[in-house]
Amino acid sequence: MKNGCGSGSESCLSSMEEELHVLAVDDNLIDRKLLERILKISSCKVTTAENGLRALEYLGLGDPQQTNVMKVNLIITDYCMPGMTGFELLKKVKQESSNLKEVPVVILSSENIPTRINKCLASGAQMFMQKPLKLSDVEKLKCHLLNCRS
Amino acid sequence: MDLVQMQKSLQDYTKSLFLEGILDSQFLQLQQLQDESNPDFVSQVVTLFFQDSDRILNDLSLSLDQQVVDFKKVDPHVHQLKGSSSSIGAQRVKNACVVFRSFCEQQNVEACHRCLQQVKQEYYLVKNRLETLFKLEQQIVASGGMIPPVELGF
Repeated sequence: MKNGCGSGSESCLSSMEEELHVLAVDDNLIDRKLLERILKISSCKVTTAENGLRALEYLGLGDPQQTNVMKVNLIITDYCMPGMTGFELLKKVKQESSNLKEVPVVILSSENIPTRINKCLASGAQMFMQKPLKLSDVEKLKCHLLNCRS
Repeated sequence: MDLVQMQKSLQDYTKSLFLEGILDSQFLQLQQLQDESNPDFVSQVVTLFFQDSDRILNDLSLSLDQQVVDFKKVDPHVHQLKGSSSSIGAQRVKNACVVFRSFCEQQNVEACHRCLQQVKQEYYLVKNRLETLFKLEQQIVASGGMIPPVELGF
């Protein structure tokens, strides 16, 4: 996998040593547990959120009195959620004027609908991935992200 | 029954669940997430699935028994069940949910009732089979043995 991630330049290697902090957003408890486990096995630090509002709070876009704001390197969100969809969350992140808009957002969906995929990518989603997620999907994702970084 | 026989029984039993289409490869993915640091991961997630599904099926029964069925309430429940069953590899439950959703879209109450029965049937089947699987695993572990890996040639 190291070979697949470029020539091994300094920036690529140092990126690979940093632990990715991922914010994982999904309203389904089972999917949240799975996503968390897959990410942890892939050496990521994980924070889970059960909906878009909680995710925004963790990102510092919620209540100004918020104390548990954290820095994340990646947001992985389900598309279909009650209340705020993953797409709406994506847009909120991307329309930020702060560094937050640079955080890659990956959308997960069980449904492979081209118009849905296109609108997410057009609105700045890093990737669109199909559920259920496999361990190999996250490995590919990490490689893709680290390639983009260096 | 000695340890080797128990392990063989478990392997055969697990294989049969795949051959019957009750489980699909996503269940194998789940098993890959289990290791010495998380030795009960599969049964933990499956238990969550059982608890969640029991609740959803109950809500679905109630919703479909209303005088006027609110499909805006019914569909999200089926969607959720479809998602969780897919995530743990309960293939037949997932497929039954797909059919269910298409009838929700058509707002066909009678068909939805039949679908709910079908989903329940598939759910109780996979629940029963997985509970048996976990019992077999527990017997092996209690006898000091290791759970043999599943070899399916997928």
